[in-house]
Formats: sequence, C-alpha cells, structure tokens
Amino acid sequence: MAEREGRSVRVALTGQPNVGKSTVFNLLTGLNQRVGNWPGKTVEQKSGTCHYGDWTFDVVDLPGTYSLSANSPEELIAREHIIKEKPDVVVAIVNAATLERSLYLVSELLSLHVPVIVGLNMVDVAEQQGCKIETHVLEAALGVPVVPMVATKGQGVRELVARIQEVVCDGAECTPNAPDIRADHKDVLDRIESLLGDHVPPEYPRTWMALKILEGDRQLTELMRSRLPEEAWEDVHAIIKQHEDACVAVASGRYAWIGRMIRAAVVKPRAGEILLTDRLDHWATHPLWGMLILAGILGITFWLTYTFGTPLQEMIDVFVTPTLVGLARETLATAPGWIEGLVVDGIIHSVGTVLTFFPILMIFFAVLSILDDVGYMARAAYVMDRFMHLMGLHGKSFLPLFLGFGCNVPAVMGARVIESERARLLTILVAPLVPCAARMAVVASLAPVFFSAPTIVTWGLIALNLFILALSGFVINKIVFKGEHLAFIMELPLYHLPNWRTIALTIWQRLISFLHKAGTIILIVSIVVWALSVLPGGDIDGSYLASFGRLLEPIGRWMGLDWRMMVALLSGFVAKENAIATLGVLFGAGGSEVGLTTILGAALTPAAALAFLVVQMLFIPCVATVGAIKQETGSWRLTLFDTGFLLVVSLMGGMLAYRVAVLVGVS
Amino acid sequence: MSDVQSLSQLDTGRTAAVEALRGGHGFRSRLAALGFTPGARITMLQNVGHGPIIVTLRDTRIALGRAEANRILVVSDRDAANGRA
Repeated sequence: MAEREGRSVRVALTGQPNVGKSTVFNLLTGLNQRVGNWPGKTVEQKSGTCHYGDWTFDVVDLPGTYSLSANSPEELIAREHIIKEKPDVVVAIVNAATLERSLYLVSELLSLHVPVIVGLNMVDVAEQQGCKIETHVLEAALGVPVVPMVATKGQGVRELVARIQEVVCDGAECTPNAPDIRADHKDVLDRIESLLGDHVPPEYPRTWMALKILEGDRQLTELMRSRLPEEAWEDVHAIIKQHEDACVAVASGRYAWIGRMIRAAVVKPRAGEILLTDRLDHWATHPLWGMLILAGILGITFWLTYTFGTPLQEMIDVFVTPTLVGLARETLATAPGWIEGLVVDGIIHSVGTVLTFFPILMIFFAVLSILDDVGYMARAAYVMDRFMHLMGLHGKSFLPLFLGFGCNVPAVMGARVIESERARLLTILVAPLVPCAARMAVVASLAPVFFSAPTIVTWGLIALNLFILALSGFVINKIVFKGEHLAFIMELPLYHLPNWRTIALTIWQRLISFLHKAGTIILIVSIVVWALSVLPGGDIDGSYLASFGRLLEPIGRWMGLDWRMMVALLSGFVAKENAIATLGVLFGAGGSEVGLTTILGAALTPAAALAFLVVQMLFIPCVATVGAIKQETGSWRLTLFDTGFLLVVSLMGGMLAYRVAVLVGVS
Repeated sequence: MSDVQSLSQLDTGRTAAVEALRGGHGFRSRLAALGFTPGARITMLQNVGHGPIIVTLRDTRIALGRAEANRILVVSDRDAANGRA
C-alpha cells in the first residue's frame, strides 16, 4: 500500500444534533477551521484540515440532522454533499446513550452506498446509565466499522483516524447491512424502481431514489418528474398517491432494523432509574420555576456585562483609542490635515468602535455557548416557546433576542443556535428592534430634557419597540412565510458538564468572524460617513452629510424635526451613541452636554423630541449590526430589505408619535 | 371505542403507544424520522394541560407544541388493557 501513503482524504462528518459531533470535529481539526455559510443558505458551514503522519484529512462538518429527508435546508445540504461531492469516508457520530434514535441517520446513510464509519460517542454516559454496548457485535451487525469514543475526554480519536485510513486503503471490504423496507411495501418499491429505470441520474443509487420517491421526498420527486417520460411519471404519481402513508412505513422499517441491531449489541437494557436530567428538568421546565430560573440566568448575564464588560469597554474608550490617536498625531505631524483627519477620525475611531464591541460580545457569546453546550438552551426554549410562537419565532429565538438589549450584534449572531432556518432568519430580521444599550443611552440623556416623567417615556419607548417587534414578526411571518405553522419539535438533550474546549472555540470563531466580516464593513462605512461629514468644506455644517440631511428635511418636517436632527439620526449609523455628539456639533454646543440640553430644550418641542426618540429607537441599526446581518444571512438582498423595512417603520412611527403628541397637547 | 386519544390528552407519568400520525406529509415524515412510528412507546414527562409537552421516546426527551401533540394519536396503556379485558 506504499503508493497510497501520503494521500489526502476527504471526510464528511455527519450526525444528529446533540451527539457531540462538533466536539469530534474540534478534536480532529483544532484551530485549523474555516467557518462560513453554505452557498446561498443561512446555514453554518465548517470545514477544517488536519494532518496525521503524511496523511492530510479535509474534514467537512455537515449540519446536524435527524434524517436525510429534504424536510429542512440542513438535511438537504447534508444529503447533497454526500451524494454530489462523494467524500472518501462518511463518519457518522452516534450517541451511545440514545442509540436507538441516533442510529436512524446511520440507517439512511447505509442505503446510500457510501463508505461509512460509525463513531459511537458518549459510551461513558451510556455506561453510567447501566447500558453496555458490545462494539464488535454492533460492527458485525451493521457491517461497517464502529469506533467507541468519549469525545469530551479525547478518547477514540486515534482509533477513528486509523479506521478512516483503513477504509480508504481497502474500501471494498465493507459490506454494509442496509435496512429493508417493511414487507408490505416491498412490491410497491420494486414497481417504482422499474418505472424510474435509467432515468435516475448516475450519482443517485436507484433503489435509494425509489425509496425516497415512495417516502414522498419533495426535492427528489420534482427532480424525477422533470426527467421521466409523461406516462411513466403518471404511473409513479398514481403509486405515490395510493401510498400516502409510505413515509411512516419506511421509517418503521428502519426502526425495526435498528431494533434488531440493538437487541444484538446492547447487553443490558437501561433500567428506569431517575436521572440527574429528570431531577433538573423538574425545575427547569416547570411553567413557573422555569421562568424564574431563566430570569435569574438573564439577570446574572447582565450583571456580568455591567460589572466586567462595560468597564472594559470604557477602558478601551479611555485608554486604547486616545493612545492610538496620540500616536497617529505624532507620526502624522507633518502630513496634510486631511490625512490626519482620515486616520484619526475615520480609521482609528472605527477601529475603536469595533474593539469596544469585544468585551460585551465575549460575555454574550460565552453565555450563549455555555447554555447551549450544557443543554439548558433547549429548556429555555421550551419555557418561552408559547410566547415566541405567536410572532412566528421559535422558543430558541428568545435568548439571542434578549441579549439584544445589551447589543444587537450578538443577538443577530446568536441566532445560530436556532436549528430551523426559517425561525433563524426571522429572528435575525427582527433583532434590530430590540433597543440596545447604546440607543437607551441616547434616550436616557434626552428624555429628562423634555419630559417631566422621563421614566414613563423611556418604558413607553421600550414597550413600543417590543410591540413593533412582535407585530413585525407576525407580519413578516404571514407575508414571507405565508403564515405556515412552524412546528415545535425539539429534543431536550441530557445535561452534561460544559466542554470548555468547544465553548472556547465557539467564542473564538464568532469573534473572528465578527472581526473579519462585520469589522470590514464597519471600517469602510465609518470612513465613508466620516468623509461625507467633512467634505467638501472641512466642517459638518457645510458637508455632504448636512446637504443630505437638508434633503431629508421635508420628511423631518412631518415630525417637527429640522435637518440637524435628521443628520444626527444618520450619524447614529456608525454607532448609535454618536447621535448626541453630532447634535452637540450641529447646535454649536461644543463638547458640553449641559450646553446641548439647554439649547435643545429651547429648539425642540416635546412632541418633536418624542418623535425623534421614537425614530432613533426604531431606526436602521448601526453598521455593526448591519454587517452582522449580512454575514449571518449571507444575503445583501435580505440585509437591504431589513434596513429599508426598519427605515420605513421608524419614520412612520415618528410621524405618528408626533401627530398623536400634538393632538393630545404635549407641547 | 374511545381507546385512541391524542397525545396532548395523555396525563403526566402515563405511558402509551403511537397509533397514527395526522397532518401534512412533511410533518409526518419529520415525526416518523424522530421515532414516532406506530407501536413506539411514549412516556409523558410533562403535560400541564396547556402549552407544550415533554415526552420520552426511544431514550430521548422530546418537547412538542400542543398543536403537534394533537396530531399524534396514541393508545394509552390503561385503555389498551381495558380494551382487551
């Protein structure tokens, strides 16, 4: 086998959710990972390279899926990858503690005639539960290699690598024992297969295709309808119609097959003891206690943010940025003024903005990934689902959205924990409507100037935002997703101790991808906005930005706002808290906030001020959030749609608020 | 013949066997893949009478919305015993 040495192997990693697949992926590839999106999808794509001896492994982490039907974009991606890209080996990770359910995906893979290796993970958990699995028997029964693993402790990876090398070298040796369809559907399957005949594209195994057509797989049915002659299709269609329930029969057949495997290989079936998970769930999923526990966790998260995140943020603001500015000023002392302006006000300030996001992002990403890793995320989703469902969202949308009160960026990026693509997309689109800390800061500094009861106004503004969030979710769900009911079917995994390696990697990857993608957009936009605010004359008063603001004045007039207020709104695009600084410059208040509040108090009616606050609470999100939306959806179309949508909603909200305020006599 | 009931009517702590699935094709196919196939054993872990429920099925805890649970027909173990008696 000398000529086979030093070769590169393409490995596809598959597995159902909650089987420890990403832990195995991290063990194999470490930091050599690339994270992106699958082309045209809001589904995360991870791949990585690793070297064992002179072998190079290119590992693709396929999305976690329960089966290979085309029920979700994830399942479609996983299936298409295996069929079209033909990896050298497919490694299927299964959870030994939920063997019966996790073997379902394996039963589907074996029918695809691809080289499969089963990674039997979490054997320690299974043993704790009194369940012993005889690996060799399972291996003989399945007809493919089975490697026992405890991925959280790094056990079994060497063996897995060795088995992959073996399979690649003598591929023909595996004779997988694929499941049969239930006896009462065997004839039908044969008939479909003969009708399909040679029209099946060569990359698909014909029997598998017939099975999928019988199961009613929408994507493959469409494919075959376009390829079959009309009469043959009519016949196939008639059979499918007659056997509407075949999908259940096919699944039953697979579970019967799994049952035989388990009876052969599992020595001691689990006793009905009460597990730690059941004891914890008694509280965590309780309708009342569950809510209180969730509230407590959120409280701790925000306490952490304000105790550690905000001071760190201020440190960056007070020390890092001025140091950089000082350095730049010194270096550029002899350069023309505009270069200094570009570097200091354009580049350094936007880099500073990106940096100030880091502490809060780290805390929020840490909380999200710890809660997800230990298994709590599903419980929080269970407790919150009934509320989130009303807006077309998923229970899992709640935590990311709630973190949006701190900052919208982690809310958008945190939506990755939601498995359903549709709910994930909707969560991302409505996330900017959660009022973030920066917007609340603007409200906090302006509301006391105009209103005798600023607290009530502030709470009213928050309530308005949340009301519009719910309404938008409801409407977008109705229009874009045709109001289709989003089924709530979710596994509650066993609780386990956090795996710090996985968590650290997740935080690291999210920070890096924020820096890479969103960071670039922030930098470019900040420089453009800076340029617009100083060109052509050098001050903001006569700048392009001001001309743009004057252009918007007719819209502003509807809300009692002049061009300066419109410019302040626009400048909030770089960072929401900029609005105050811009107002300071435009109203000639210099740097003093006291001066500004006096001038503003005289320049604006309370009704106009209310309109301004309403607009700025609902306005297009800051550039960091827009960057995150683009990065997560992978689509400029959706990003621009969302931005335009928020623009319209905020302006309409402002006009309405102004008219109502004038009508009831707030002046 | 009241022995077939929807899963959402099963009380906490009771066990049952799946009888049939109702609803659209995609929905049935998803549930079947998760193990809700005829004959599969279900234990109700939590059902407070409104909102989502939690069951165990094939060694896994699964949370279901009430609308979803309504479309899973089961035969409760007590009813099955009565039926045979």
